[in-house]
Amino acid sequence: MENIRNFSIIAHIDHGKSTLADRLIEYTGVSDPRTFKEQILDDMEIERERGITIKSRAISLPYQAPDGKVYTLNLIDTPGHVDFSYEVSRSLASCEGVLLLIDASQGVQAQTLANLYLAMEHNLVIIPVINKIDLPSADVERVVEQIATELALDPASHLRCSAKEGIGIEGILKAIVERIPPPKGDPEAPLAALIFDAQYDSFRGTVIHCRVFDGTVRPGDPIRFMSNGATYKVEEVGRFLLSRQKRPSLSAGEVGYIIAGVKTVSDVRTGDTITHELRPCTKPLPGFREVKPVVFASIYPISSDDYEDLAEALEKYKLNDAAFVYQKDSSAALGQGFRCGFLGLLHLEIVQERLEREFGLSIILSVPSVKYRFVLKNGSTVYVDNPAHYPDPAQIIKAEEPYIQAQMLLPERYLGGVMKLCQEKRGVNSTLLYPGPGRVELIYELPLAEVIYDFYDRFKSLTQGYGSFDYELIDYRESNLVLVDILVNGEKVDALSQIVHRDRARARALMACERLKEEIPRQMFKIAIQGAIGSEIIARTTISPFRKDVTAKCYGGDITRKRKLLEKQKKGKKRMKMIGQVSIPQSAFLAVLKSETQ
Amino acid sequence: MKKAGLYIHIPFCHSKCPYCDFYSLPSLTLKEEFLAALKVEMELYRGIFPLFNTLYIGGGTPSVLPPAEIGEIVNTAMNLFSFSSRHEVTMEVNPADIDLNYLRELKAAGVNRISLGVQSFDDSVLRFLGRRHNSLQALKAVEVTRKAGFSNFGLDLIYGVPIQQFSSWEESLSLAVHFQVPHLSCYQLSLSRETPLGRSVARGEIILPGQEETAKLMAFTTAYLEAAGYERYEVSNFAKGEAFRSRHNRKYWEDEPYLGLGPSAHSFDGSKKRWWNNDSVTLYIKSLREKKLPLADEEILNEKERMLECLFLGLRTKRGVSLKKLGGIPPERRNEAVNYLTKEGLATIKKGRLRPTAKGLALADGLAVWISTFAESPPSLGRLTP
Repeated sequence: MENIRNFSIIAHIDHGKSTLADRLIEYTGVSDPRTFKEQILDDMEIERERGITIKSRAISLPYQAPDGKVYTLNLIDTPGHVDFSYEVSRSLASCEGVLLLIDASQGVQAQTLANLYLAMEHNLVIIPVINKIDLPSADVERVVEQIATELALDPASHLRCSAKEGIGIEGILKAIVERIPPPKGDPEAPLAALIFDAQYDSFRGTVIHCRVFDGTVRPGDPIRFMSNGATYKVEEVGRFLLSRQKRPSLSAGEVGYIIAGVKTVSDVRTGDTITHELRPCTKPLPGFREVKPVVFASIYPISSDDYEDLAEALEKYKLNDAAFVYQKDSSAALGQGFRCGFLGLLHLEIVQERLEREFGLSIILSVPSVKYRFVLKNGSTVYVDNPAHYPDPAQIIKAEEPYIQAQMLLPERYLGGVMKLCQEKRGVNSTLLYPGPGRVELIYELPLAEVIYDFYDRFKSLTQGYGSFDYELIDYRESNLVLVDILVNGEKVDALSQIVHRDRARARALMACERLKEEIPRQMFKIAIQGAIGSEIIARTTISPFRKDVTAKCYGGDITRKRKLLEKQKKGKKRMKMIGQVSIPQSAFLAVLKSETQ
Repeated sequence: MKKAGLYIHIPFCHSKCPYCDFYSLPSLTLKEEFLAALKVEMELYRGIFPLFNTLYIGGGTPSVLPPAEIGEIVNTAMNLFSFSSRHEVTMEVNPADIDLNYLRELKAAGVNRISLGVQSFDDSVLRFLGRRHNSLQALKAVEVTRKAGFSNFGLDLIYGVPIQQFSSWEESLSLAVHFQVPHLSCYQLSLSRETPLGRSVARGEIILPGQEETAKLMAFTTAYLEAAGYERYEVSNFAKGEAFRSRHNRKYWEDEPYLGLGPSAHSFDGSKKRWWNNDSVTLYIKSLREKKLPLADEEILNEKERMLECLFLGLRTKRGVSLKKLGGIPPERRNEAVNYLTKEGLATIKKGRLRPTAKGLALADGLAVWISTFAESPPSLGRLTP
């Protein structure tokens, strides 16, 4: 155990986390240069494009230190978005230290600070590393000063590197060994292993990523998940190199994987504790939380012929995303589809993009919703996350919506704008703290529905990226809710229905109408777009028809060419959804979902 | 079996007009060989359709040929194909090419309908369009056509020309009305990219009037001519009474068979096959020397393609399209579509036919696409009308 070090790299976006990971992997000789691919840890295309890591991963790096001993350095990667903050916390809980990476030309940024706080919460050893020192714009001295003043860390503790050029990598590896303490724990004690991730392998089922805190786990052991009591028999344990490497056991302090015949990743809960069935530990490791979707939306195929393909794609996607839930749903306007639950809007966008990119599907998303709670006259309480299931308004005694507590860290100069935004978003009970000079911590209670609508994008642009934002659900509070429907030529487009606060209804309806007006091409007849609460019209726009499209001449020699042209137009129309008599392009549905600021 | 139409393409012009994309050569050097080849092509098609009732000699510029050669073509056609007794023989003529004698001889040669390529009675518009004739020649052409004994004749006129004032268009229309021309084809100038004017537009050197403006011009033209007693029987075609409609052209819109002869000419068997000739006079001559048809390509239409054709062709005409031709659409869905178009004032139903209104005629292409897309998309499950 003395020779093990468990660590993460944390950084603001684009400060070079993945590149540094690559260099460490390369330096320690794990990767074969012939198979080496840039940024091995972020191996999904979409992650690379967005510059974020969605699924955490781990890798064990063998390192021979100057003292001659060979150490196992377990690098645990973390996702970098507020939707996945729980996953980040579980990864950090598996470490004893972190490399806090800072871009030499950009200096300390919003996520640098937010990540530092996270690491501090877990009492981790923090090694500040200044990256990109080779850049002409690098200002290392300024960053060193920031480490002292803004991060309140010992400036003498920093390291310098250029991950891109491979400069300073040895120093980092040495520091990991020297400064990060070896894990503690007793290999003979009852088993306690923390699950920080799970992945689906089509041959082996679910591969559980874990950190063993106490005890030892071997193939053949009966194990139990402490959150739900499910039991399995261990088939294989091992460590991660570039691929899985089988081992006879995993013991206290080690990071690795367990394969135990678990069918899907949904059977595994991140943060859960694995113990031995026959000799369990007395209590689970701290910090477990059941991850529940908070944002809901329906997904429909543009062409109803693609329904089966969509069903299959969701089934496959689900294998690797435990946080994603879905069930069948149907829409009067859009036909058969699925109601899906997500951790947040980014999660939703990722699912949407992957369905389109990896499975080649054209899909339409309904307006995202949170889960509302209604107390009805018959005394029952119902939860509604789909506007289609909005209760009969005459039967509602009390309507409630979920609230969150938002924690925002930002430079003081942006405080005014952010407070205004929070108030506009119906925020209450604010608290203001000053954790350091020039920086404020703002705490607000906000309706979740307001936060998923367009809060995050506006927050980011208001703070020019310097603000960090995190939230947790706190409770349900009474609210004046209404169901807003959108009608196109009198036909309800149920996927665009939204449950909103009454004060928001008119503005939201009008915006949806305007957005649709921009996106729906002019057609042969006037199109009325309306927003309505029940039978009361609260917003209205119209799209005027085009007046002439017929070609002047059409004789024998023109017919074939013309038919081909019109067939092409037809094909274009078929990529749209026909609601009533009106062809609505996919972009119109997406436009309604977008925020006001975009 | 419906009576067929015979189209003969004369692929020669004295000069090429910069807006025209019909196939033709600006020289007559291949004329003799072409006329010989045309004869062979007619022979090869002998017996293709049991009965014809129209012959249309177009181009190109058929009036570059002397009346005797036209007479020869008409004669050959009449001998090789069987024509009904009341047949229509139309020829396109350029006002610059003709005089009273020429027309009298055409009449004697069997031509009984003249289509005059007038385009405009405004010299500046004629110059812009690169025409060989001027407005005076145009007026004279109308006069001599009638004098030669043609009661059935028509003019082509063009609107939406960039340099054309509204008053110029109104003037051309009023002259045509004044001379009581029995048939008028009023075309909006539309340019293919392959023409010199089309390329100027693509380069931004010339700007064509926009949709709103041409829609207004079309509506004005319709109102003006209807007030003067013309019937708009097709998007761009107006006749002073049913007798003066172009019987030949109606075949294109009403799903009837036609045989096209000459380079680039298209044919249709009246049910599902379309085929067409190479657009090259030399290839045409070469093939026919070897007694082979100068075919470029052919296509066999499936049911969906047929329906789309019936829609976009039928909806160009006042008669509209027979609901029977929309048999591929589930009846309920068809009724829903028809009711909606009726409600929107785009079409009416009369005697089992979907007939476009004036508003609908201007949108004939969009209507065809909309109906066939609507027919193929699944119906909505529910609806809420506030």
